[in-house]
Amino acid sequence: MMMEKMEPVVVIDNVNKSFGENHVLRDFSMSVGAGETLVILGKSGSGKSVLIKCIIKLIDSDSGKITVLGQDIDELEQDELDILRADIGFLFQSNALYDSMTVKENLLFPLRRHWSKEKREEEADAAILEALEDVGLAHTINMMPSELSGGMRKRIALARTLILRPKVILYDEPTTGLDPITGREISQLMIDVQKKYNATSIVISHDLNCIKMISNRMIMLIEGRNYASGTYEELESKTDPKIKSFFD
Amino acid sequence: MANTLKIKSAFLNEVGEISRFTARFFKEVIKPKQEWDEFINQCFWVGYKTLTLVGITAFIMGLVLTIQSRPTLVEFGAEAMLPAMVAVSLLREISPVITALICAGKIGSGMGAELGSMRVTEQIDAMEVSGTNPFKYLIVTRVLATTIMVPLLSSVANAISLYGGYLGANIRGDVSWHLYWFQVFNALSFGDVIPSLVKTFFFGFAIGIVGCYKGYNSQKGTEGVGRSATTAVIVASLLVFIIDLLVVQITDILGLT
Repeated sequence: MMMEKMEPVVVIDNVNKSFGENHVLRDFSMSVGAGETLVILGKSGSGKSVLIKCIIKLIDSDSGKITVLGQDIDELEQDELDILRADIGFLFQSNALYDSMTVKENLLFPLRRHWSKEKREEEADAAILEALEDVGLAHTINMMPSELSGGMRKRIALARTLILRPKVILYDEPTTGLDPITGREISQLMIDVQKKYNATSIVISHDLNCIKMISNRMIMLIEGRNYASGTYEELESKTDPKIKSFFD
Repeated sequence: MANTLKIKSAFLNEVGEISRFTARFFKEVIKPKQEWDEFINQCFWVGYKTLTLVGITAFIMGLVLTIQSRPTLVEFGAEAMLPAMVAVSLLREISPVITALICAGKIGSGMGAELGSMRVTEQIDAMEVSGTNPFKYLIVTRVLATTIMVPLLSSVANAISLYGGYLGANIRGDVSWHLYWFQVFNALSFGDVIPSLVKTFFFGFAIGIVGCYKGYNSQKGTEGVGRSATTAVIVASLLVFIIDLLVVQITDILGLT
C-alpha cells in the first residue's frame, strides 16, 4: 500500500528541539497519510517521546512547522488547540489514568470539555460502554485504576483515548512494561481499533514484535534526524550498521 | 563564595517562579468558566477532612492555655481576668496560627504529594491533552478552597478553643457558663477579631499556592514527589509566620491593637 501518497494528516517540517545543550531533534521532517500506522523507532533518549509531545503541543518546538489535520499548531489560540486536541488521542506510556477516579469517570473526563451537558446526559453512558467493549473490559466500569492489572490499565487508557473518536492516535511505547503475551494482545487491539475507526496512528515503540504486527511504515530516529524510512521488511534488510543494530 | 552565589541565585529563581505562578493564578481566576464542581469537592476535602484534627487541637489548646495561665494570674490576684486573657490570646494569635500550621501540614503536604504524583505519572499532561486546562481545574480550585476554608476552620477553632478554656477554668476554679462568656465577649473588640480573621485568608492563600506550586512543578520521579510534599510544608509554615508578623506590624501601625 502506498501510504505516503495518501492525503497527509500530520506533517512535520524541519522541526528542531533542544534542552540546553542537548539537541534532541535536528531538522526533523516527516508526514503521515490518512489511515496509516507509522512507527517511529529510535534508541532511548533519542527524542521519540519529545517528538510526539510536540505534535500535540505538550512541548513547544524551537523552530520548524507542525501541521495536524491541516492546521499549523503554532498558529492556534488555546481554545482552537483544545478543539483540535479532541481529534487527537494520546496513549501515554504510563497510561496516565486519573487514580482518584473510577474507570467510568476516567472515560467521562474528556467528554466534559467537548460535549455539552445535554449530550453527556443522553449519550455518555452508551459511548463509555462502547469504548470499554472495544477493549473487552466493560465489566470494570465501576472499578478504580488501582484495582486493575498493568494490561487492563493500558486497555482502559486506550478506551479513554478512543472515547472522542479521534482522527489521529499517538501511542507512546504502548507495550513497554507488559509481558510478551499481554504486549501481543495490546498490539492486536491497536490493529482492531485501526480497522474500526480508520484513525491515523503514530506509534513510538522498541518492541519489534509489536512493530512487525502493526506498522505500515517505519521511521528510524537517529541523532535527532529522520535517518531512514520504509516498511519493516525494507529496513530489516538494510546493511547500514546503525539501522541493523535495531534488528539484531 | 561561588556556592553562596549559587544558593542566592537558586533562592531568587524560586521566588521568581512562585511569583509567576501566583500571577498566573490571578490571570486564570478572572477568566470565565470556573470549575465549580471541583471547587466544592476541594472545599469538602480541605474543610471537612481537616475539621476533626483542628477541633481536637483547638480544644486542647484552650484547655492547656487556661490551666497554665491560672497559677500566674492567681499569684498577682488577677484570677478574674483569666477568661479575658485566654480569649484575647486565643483569638488574636494562637488559634489562627496553630490552625494555619495544621493546615500547612495536612493540606499543604497533601496537595504537594497529590499534584506531584499526578505530574510524574503524566496525569496532568493527560488532562491538557483532553482539552481541560489543568491549571484551572487543579490549581485555581485548590487555592480558592484553602483561601475560603482556612478562615472557616480558624473560626471553628476559635469557638472550640474558648470552650476548652471554659472547661480549663473550671478544673481548679468555679466560673459559671454565663460569667465566662460575658467576660470573654467583654474583653474582645472588632480590633481583635477582624485582623485575626483577615490574616487567615492570607494564610489559606499562601498554603494553597505553595502546596500547588510545589506539586505542579514536581520533578525527578517519586523522589521529587516526596520532596514536593516536604518543602510545601516547610515553606507554607514559614510563610504563615511571616504573614503573621506583617499583619501584626500593620495592625499596630493602624492602631488596631
